[in-house]
Amino acid sequence: MKPFRYQHVADVDSAVRTLSEISTAAYLAGGTNLVDLMKLEVAVPDLLVDVRRLTSDRIDLHPDFVRIGASVTNSALAADPAIRERFPMLSQAVLAGASGQLRNLATAGGNLLQRTRCVYFQDVTTPCNKREPGTGCSARKGFHREHAILGSSESCIATHPSDMAVALVALDAVVNTQGPRGPRAIPLVGLHRLPGDHPERDTVLEHGELITSIDIPSLGFATNSRYRKARDRASYAFALVSVAAALDVADGEVRDVRLALGGVAHKPWRATRAETSLRGVSATAEAFREAAEAELADARPLPDNEFKIPLARNMIVGILTELAEARR
Amino acid sequence: MTVTTSLIGAPVDRIDGAEKVRGAALYAAEHPVERPVYVFPLQAAIALGRVTGIDASAAIAEPDVVDVLTHENAPRLASAQDAELAILQSPEVAFRGQFIGAVLAETAEVARRAASLVRLSYEQLTHDVELHPARADLVRPGEVNGGFPTDTADGDVDGALATAAVVLDATYTTPQEHNNPLEPHTTIAMWTDDELTLYDSTQGVHWVRDAIATLFGLDPESVHVVCPHAGGGFGSKGLPHAHVVLAAMAARLVTPRPAKLVLTRQQMFSVVGYRTGTIQRIRLGSDSTGQLTAISHDVVEQTSRIKEFAEQTAVPTRVMYAAPNRRTTHRLAELDVPAPTWMRAPGEAPGMFGLEVAVDEMAIACGLDPIEFRIRNEPDTDPETGRPFSSRNLVACLQEGARRFGWPERNPRPRTHRDGPWLVGTGVAASTYPVFSMPGSRATIRARPDGRYRVLIGAADIGTGAWTALTQIAADALDVEMSDVMLSIGDTDLPYASGAGGSTGIMCWGSAIVDAARKLRAELPIGEPIPDEGVEITGTLPDNPYAGQLAMHSFGAQFAEVKVHTGTGEVRVPRLLGIFAIGQMINAKTGRSQLLGGMTMGLSMALHEHSVVDPRFGHVVNHDFAEYHIPTNADIGSIEADWIDEHDPYVNPMGAKGIGEIGIVGTAAAIANAAYHATGIRVRDVPITLDKFLA
Repeated sequence: MKPFRYQHVADVDSAVRTLSEISTAAYLAGGTNLVDLMKLEVAVPDLLVDVRRLTSDRIDLHPDFVRIGASVTNSALAADPAIRERFPMLSQAVLAGASGQLRNLATAGGNLLQRTRCVYFQDVTTPCNKREPGTGCSARKGFHREHAILGSSESCIATHPSDMAVALVALDAVVNTQGPRGPRAIPLVGLHRLPGDHPERDTVLEHGELITSIDIPSLGFATNSRYRKARDRASYAFALVSVAAALDVADGEVRDVRLALGGVAHKPWRATRAETSLRGVSATAEAFREAAEAELADARPLPDNEFKIPLARNMIVGILTELAEARR
Repeated sequence: MTVTTSLIGAPVDRIDGAEKVRGAALYAAEHPVERPVYVFPLQAAIALGRVTGIDASAAIAEPDVVDVLTHENAPRLASAQDAELAILQSPEVAFRGQFIGAVLAETAEVARRAASLVRLSYEQLTHDVELHPARADLVRPGEVNGGFPTDTADGDVDGALATAAVVLDATYTTPQEHNNPLEPHTTIAMWTDDELTLYDSTQGVHWVRDAIATLFGLDPESVHVVCPHAGGGFGSKGLPHAHVVLAAMAARLVTPRPAKLVLTRQQMFSVVGYRTGTIQRIRLGSDSTGQLTAISHDVVEQTSRIKEFAEQTAVPTRVMYAAPNRRTTHRLAELDVPAPTWMRAPGEAPGMFGLEVAVDEMAIACGLDPIEFRIRNEPDTDPETGRPFSSRNLVACLQEGARRFGWPERNPRPRTHRDGPWLVGTGVAASTYPVFSMPGSRATIRARPDGRYRVLIGAADIGTGAWTALTQIAADALDVEMSDVMLSIGDTDLPYASGAGGSTGIMCWGSAIVDAARKLRAELPIGEPIPDEGVEITGTLPDNPYAGQLAMHSFGAQFAEVKVHTGTGEVRVPRLLGIFAIGQMINAKTGRSQLLGGMTMGLSMALHEHSVVDPRFGHVVNHDFAEYHIPTNADIGSIEADWIDEHDPYVNPMGAKGIGEIGIVGTAAAIANAAYHATGIRVRDVPITLDKFLA
């Protein structure tokens, strides 16, 4: 690990100012991903600014939305009674991620900014456009079983690893930030970037821009929601494919639906095409299947991750069928 | 003095349990040594070629860096015969990740950081790291691991297959796998004049001593190896690997300071061995009654170009089933890769995956229940040698397991049992493991005037409970209480002991202890006063008079229930049962744990383990526990291990067979067979991942 300085600052503004001035500085919150990357010398910051206690660690209920402070731990978020009741899929998604020990340390803000677990990205002895732009993508012709089928580019096929973000993107969450140019609110669906020619940039955040909280707008039918994660073992593994869904059904017809996929793209994938095709149609397994296939029509798999297409399709059909039956 | 009741077979708690739970049991890195220098290896970033330049200036300039070791300043070794161990003797690189030097520093963190600052240049040659069966350059090894013949042939296999009523011809594969004990491979080395002390995490202190003495040209008496506790090994800590040499070389540079080297998990994926991948073509022929007429098992696997290791994958096939026409072969691809080594049940674990899935397929093709098929093909004597078995209770294990598992209620047709979205199936496989013996173990017992007995033997406890089991054996053989026995193990200052390998430890060490106790009791019968000067007797592992006359093996039957999700293909194993015929169990508690651990590792082999080699770079890319999967608690359902009463007075004085390895054997096949029963999809390649059930 490269030697680094560690600094406490008084408040969010000082943190943002400090980072804005030093291009090699990074924020430290839970550290559950960053410190690993530092040990591997994938991340080599000169300065860590501890923001763990600068942002809220509370979950506040407002009339139209729920605000999750950036320092809320994954454990606290998953256990929160309001979250469990109003947005069961969010609680399920967080519990599907990592291990109990990691969830105790990991924070909501940091969870959104964790980096891909692509084995080539994490190994500095192999080429990787995301880690070292211009060196090439080792995964494309290498070990890519866990990699993207949607929205990837010639330069990168890595997936975004968060489970929590998949549920949040389905819920139309908004990320509040404080940056060098002041505060802004970024819809979560627009926070993460597709790789294009610049896979080294994961998000639209500017250097120094700090996530301070996450807002989830109220969504009545989100009480009928679920998160389902398929992976190579029963716990403690990243998603091969995950699905977050909420369904509003009346008289056998889909009134509204929210659907997002994990493990398939560089970002938590909001399945808008499937959602559009489902609104107003009969809530049947056939309709769910057609919607899933429409969403996956643009998938461009590689030889070892082709299975993600039927897997995602079946999971979408399965979870929507369960949600439809739960409302019957 | 009262006569003790028999301790052998009792579920005795670990005598070192409390010490371990409190963190007081010393593992290799924890031995207190003064001012150690920390060693971080430099590893080759190419798979074949040579190092042409080393610029260590930036590393040396770091504060607290002590030295940089490379082939340019490394001590010359007395023997370069073992190319895996003879490191830093030239700039040649034989595999990616090979040690090409090390940084020595005052702290582990500084050493690791400085290692990343060393600039290396290479002349790179085209490497070859891919195992596949179509190669024209496969070689036939002189013998396979365990000293078994490479090939065997009896009768006319091709003729029998041509005329068989039912024929199976299928290929099964197992991937490269890594041992991954919890405690990383660790060595502290320190020189005093020409004497070397090693605190090493090993399965055999004397094995390490002898190998290191040869390499450095030392009298074995000048090498002192200490290992009271090791956190697992699974075979990777059997013989020493290059890190022990690297630590000893580093310590030479800083004599008399000790050098401490703890490998990272990632490093363990390139320098401490692994299980070769296997490609197994199995052909079976039977008559119309389901009696096997031909068995053929042809194996292709890999070895390192610099050191041959030929896994005995088809060897268990030689002992399992009767058939007049039988053939087994082993061929090797010599690749630019690290040397493979022992990994729990080398040969038996992958070989019995192939054979026992093939037997399941064959039973079904013959219209027979898989248990009935196995019983029908049970040999009267060892099919290979014709020798009688000292004991062979496979049928009893199959029948007892079937009864306890509810096998008779099973609908044999696949895809007939559903539980919601899950397809449910059950499967069975046989297990076997030979009763090996390793020569040379000696034990000394000192009777003390206070009525206590010191038992000395350089044995290893790699977490299996040897501390406890050997104390039980000694107490029983001496006819005293366990509290009267003071055991010393894990040190080359103690009498020679063979390593913990091949499931031989307790049998070989225990037999030497029993021999010493019998001799002592002949001289000093129980109840007689012990003289003031005490009595000391050394016993040895006796020659087995039945060796060469009887075939000696453990057997077992593994049962699995498997669920496969119809939508996602996810595979779960809610139930595992293993029934074993292993002679006399020494400790029912630690022994059961060994069997459960083996079965868990078999489940891991079935569902998870796969070292993925990227042929472009030549290394295992999923080299950590996030990506190299072993089971979590959530992956293990109900898991039970038990054993039948088996009396086998021929294997050794205790009548005990080894238990370290048989638990893994057959488990993966039982799971694959259950997955077939659940889904109707036959998976012939492990790991059995969800994608294999998706379309």
